[in-house]
Amino acid sequence: MPAINITVNGTPRAAEVEGRTLLVDFLRDGLGLTGTHIGCDTSQCGACVVHLDGKAVKSCTVLAAQADGLDVVTIEGLATGDRLHPVQAAFHVHHGLQCGFCTPGMIMAAVDMIERYGADLDEATIRHELEGNLCRCTGYHNIVKAIQAAADEIAGARQAAE
Amino acid sequence: MYEIAYHRPSTLAEAEALFAAAGEGRYLSGGMTLLPTMKQRLAAPSDVVDIGRLAELKGVTATADALSIGAGVTHADVARSAEVAGAIPALAALAGQIGDPHVRHRGTLGGSIANNDPAADYPGAVLALGATVETTRRTLAAVDFFQGLFTTALEEGEIVVRVTFPIPAKATYVKFPNPASRYAMAGAFVAVLKDGSVRVGITGAGQDGVFRSEEMEAALAADFSPAALDAITIDPSGMLSDMHGSAVYRANLVKVMAKRAVAAIG
Repeated sequence: MPAINITVNGTPRAAEVEGRTLLVDFLRDGLGLTGTHIGCDTSQCGACVVHLDGKAVKSCTVLAAQADGLDVVTIEGLATGDRLHPVQAAFHVHHGLQCGFCTPGMIMAAVDMIERYGADLDEATIRHELEGNLCRCTGYHNIVKAIQAAADEIAGARQAAE
Repeated sequence: MYEIAYHRPSTLAEAEALFAAAGEGRYLSGGMTLLPTMKQRLAAPSDVVDIGRLAELKGVTATADALSIGAGVTHADVARSAEVAGAIPALAALAGQIGDPHVRHRGTLGGSIANNDPAADYPGAVLALGATVETTRRTLAAVDFFQGLFTTALEEGEIVVRVTFPIPAKATYVKFPNPASRYAMAGAFVAVLKDGSVRVGITGAGQDGVFRSEEMEAALAADFSPAALDAITIDPSGMLSDMHGSAVYRANLVKVMAKRAVAAIG
């Protein structure tokens, strides 16, 4: 069985896993980080999105062994203590969820796209970038609004800091 | 998924040795097709050899005439590569339309063409541009590499190392994605090469996978305009037919995609 060392939300973790263990199963069953969801199991829905070395990936389609030596951030790693990440706060303010099942993946996808596009993120781009995240409740409108608001806020904060 | 023995070699030579020693080995690059297939137990290898991190498969280089992309370069990296955008912008645009952002962060050029899914995007570009596929054992012309649905010239254990694309005068790729799966139901990669010849690579539609339409190429060589394709009929007998679209529908879609591509190139 492969021995793996993965940094998860800043904490180094060492474990032995089966070769076939998926990253999402290692996070949920191995580490108890159940914020990352399994929606479809066919790599389509995006509920399992986490960041692997800073890039959004579908953790149901990555082996835990493939993440050996790499850095993983899950939905549990975004907030600072009781202070929500700006994207989490924006989903709250703009009611970007109903049942909430897709939300962890949506938020991880949103943080990734905001990092890549910065202030250039417009509505059409957000909608295109959400192609790999399915929501069956909201109709996406408030999710898009929340991501736009968070992107504007983060871009504004970066500008103010410069 | 059935249990597997997972290997992560640090060189191509080591990868080939591991594969040769395996009962039923499979190479894993980005895993965007292989892992879902294994989860459905449609594939059940005994050994998985992870070539996703091999430095020998990375890197993008461009000269005046050719663009060379490592087989292990992800779709996301091709989509935002300054070298690709400068040399063949249509290829960067194509890579940016594959799957979704999360899939593009993992999936690779080598994985896409080695799998040769009839609905994959890359094979149309590789064939239309007349790219060469360098493997661990030889160099193959695109036309010899693709050999039908999910079938290539790759031998047991052979690995795609890099793909070198001649830089065309102009090119574009237009596809009609299935509204649910986003896979191409028909995609046309149209290129005008530097010698003036026209190439049309069609993906998503053919029963034997990617193909070139020589009839369209001849029509466009005589008159490079969407109207030049009006008189052409794509034979439905060679088209895929499924719940998403009949062969007759796809045959028409091929023509529509090609016309849109020609219109976009101008």
